[in-house]
Amino acid sequence: MSLLRIEDLRIALPKGGDRAFAVDGVSLHVDQGETLCVVGESGSGKSLTASAIVGLLPSRSLRVAGGRILFEGSDTLRMSSRELQDLRGGRVGFVFQDPLSSLNPLERIGKQVEEVLRQHRWTGDHRQRVLEMLSAVQLPSPESLVEAYPWQLSGGQRQRVMIATALATRPSLLVADEPTSALDVTTQAQILELLRDLTKQHGIALFLITHDFGVVARMADRVAVMKSGKLVEYGTRDAVLRTPREAYTRKLLDAVPPLRAGPARPAGEPVLKATGLTKSWVTRGSLFRPGRTVAALKNVSMSLGHGNTLAVVGESGSGKSTLARVLMCLTGADSGQADLVGINANYLGLRSRDLATVRRNIQLVFQDPYASLNPRRRIGAAVAQGPLAQGEKPGAVHARVAELLGKVQLDPSAADRYPNEFSGGQRQRIAIARALAMRPRVLIADEAVSALDVSVQAEILTLLKDIQRDEGLSMIFVTHDLRVAARMADQVIVMQSGCVVEQGAMQDVLTAPQHHYTAALIDAVPSLPSISVQQ
Amino acid sequence: MHSWRIGVGAVLLGLITVMAIAAPLLAPFDPMAISGPPLLPPDASYLLGTDMLGRDVLSGMIHGARVSLIVGLVSALCSAGIGITVGAIAGYFGGAIDRALVRFTEFFQVIPSFMFVILLVAILTPSLLSITLAISVVIWPPVARLVRSEFLTLKTREFVEAARSLGLSHGSVIVREILPNAMPPVLAVGSLMVATAILTEASLSFLGLADPNMTSWGYMIGSARPVFRHAWWLSVFPGLLLFLTVLSITLLSEGLGDKSNPSLRGQAGH
Repeated sequence: MSLLRIEDLRIALPKGGDRAFAVDGVSLHVDQGETLCVVGESGSGKSLTASAIVGLLPSRSLRVAGGRILFEGSDTLRMSSRELQDLRGGRVGFVFQDPLSSLNPLERIGKQVEEVLRQHRWTGDHRQRVLEMLSAVQLPSPESLVEAYPWQLSGGQRQRVMIATALATRPSLLVADEPTSALDVTTQAQILELLRDLTKQHGIALFLITHDFGVVARMADRVAVMKSGKLVEYGTRDAVLRTPREAYTRKLLDAVPPLRAGPARPAGEPVLKATGLTKSWVTRGSLFRPGRTVAALKNVSMSLGHGNTLAVVGESGSGKSTLARVLMCLTGADSGQADLVGINANYLGLRSRDLATVRRNIQLVFQDPYASLNPRRRIGAAVAQGPLAQGEKPGAVHARVAELLGKVQLDPSAADRYPNEFSGGQRQRIAIARALAMRPRVLIADEAVSALDVSVQAEILTLLKDIQRDEGLSMIFVTHDLRVAARMADQVIVMQSGCVVEQGAMQDVLTAPQHHYTAALIDAVPSLPSISVQQ
Repeated sequence: MHSWRIGVGAVLLGLITVMAIAAPLLAPFDPMAISGPPLLPPDASYLLGTDMLGRDVLSGMIHGARVSLIVGLVSALCSAGIGITVGAIAGYFGGAIDRALVRFTEFFQVIPSFMFVILLVAILTPSLLSITLAISVVIWPPVARLVRSEFLTLKTREFVEAARSLGLSHGSVIVREILPNAMPPVLAVGSLMVATAILTEASLSFLGLADPNMTSWGYMIGSARPVFRHAWWLSVFPGLLLFLTVLSITLLSEGLGDKSNPSLRGQAGH
């Protein structure tokens, strides 16, 4: 008998949704000690399926319309809320995506782990079990850690605490919803390894939700692919990844950029050069705490050739976004200079009213397409905004807006609509059109595809490449994702704690990294070829 | 859920507004003139009775709506103007400007507001203009604080940075990008300020600090105080109308507030 068996599960959406069922006739099973990966893009119903197992549907407007969920033989859909409470955190552990918001910021770590033991009437010694779990998830010095508060821990450490909490009561099933998506690649690799070791060691079944086929390749025994609430493909890892039956699975697999770079295109004349950029943030101290100085950029230099793409790669806190913001004059630098070659030597530190030429020549595409468009401004007006602010004639701008929307493959009628009518991918196209409206020489993309599903990501990357070729743009591509960098860039700089630790041609850096940090980054990328490695 | 509030509030307030605008046509008598015997209880010719001097109460109430609504609307608009300007500049620029403006706002907040209004009106001599002015000067700080906090969160949003990187001036970023997104909560608070202003005006009139050339509800209630036990109609009817006006505005404000809160928007059907 399977540990968990979901039969023909249907979850109804409220009337007026984009489809009738959020989850539509899904049947799955997870056996004792095995790992099932549920893969799908956003909105595929994968998280809802997991929430339904323990009666945690996020909104009262969603309800289970049919099917059965048998966990250890009993149907959780028919359980009382009391029985479900005993199940949650008892027999079924949960790990969520964001380890910061899943921990209570006002309570010490030890107490939070112990809470679950108390709730489920753990019979042994609580404190000892807490210490045991904290060392099981390989956290340093558990004795002092129990006294720490969540904000004193890094993201990876917090996720380890979450795993310790989820496994403290010896559950037979662990549900992990995108447990590593919010973490840096090197941390991600460690957490995945930890999850795999702990579940195998204790015979715990793992229901792992992810959008990343790299994670699937690393973790899964079996794979379920979901799309629009339906189960598209279901089988063993090797069958699904190597010989996918469905076109949709193949499309998702093809959209994963391989970690392989082509030869660098010949570099043109440099268009943007920066030397010795330094920037530090000073946090103001309080009565009890001295102020701290955090160096975001330490003597960073770069040069971007005409028609080329430079990738800036690094983990969170490496200073890569600060570099983009300094080059954009959104943040001032402490020292160093940046030149728009032939146009504006040393433009840093200009007053905002003198920045017009810089604004015309350098444009930025932001990470979050949901936040980067003003929700109360029509698309056409958003795209026209920049040129109008530069004093171009309204008639000419209007014609250019239509042309630009066409260029980013949107219908011209989009101009009269508001951002909330568009999907994430479409919004990112709008943001690109808005940047191109300024006819920039340099386009900086700050994590521009990180918030998008893989298939949409692939489309946007292709679009950017096409535009670059047609317009002769030079691009700076800031990303944490080496696969994306490899696909886009000719040159790369690798940043760690504000320093450039390695730079060179993308292909050379990937094949022969000189710095150990670069090598670690490359190793940590969960990529598809690792299937064969782990047989 | 919020739609009935907006409906009821709007209909009530609409009726009162029509009454204020058409006062000379609707009122049976001149509100300031002696039109019958004093202290007459409600009857067929004086529907709501007459006061100590024989003035018609109904006519006084109809004309009094003008003072209440004008004072309410104008002082709410003025104080919203002051509050939005101060809050937007403080929130957007931050730093020393912010600290200075917040201190300035607090200066107005720490003075007991009703005392301050009385003081201002007494110095400026009571008139419609001075009352409106005094109320506006006193009630803007909450708007400034609200706008400032909205600006503090909105200015770090990516669309504002995008607008800056397109070369928009500070002025157009403030007015065209941030302000429209900050308005919904301000509207809700602003309509509540209309109610506050109406009540403050009524309290001033009650204490005798009314424009001597115009009838107002607060003045009617205040002057009826000595005869309340044997001429109840003099204070009860104006009081009821005052209550209904403030209620309608409060309903409207709550309705608008809920509507502008996206987390409540989805619950409209429940």
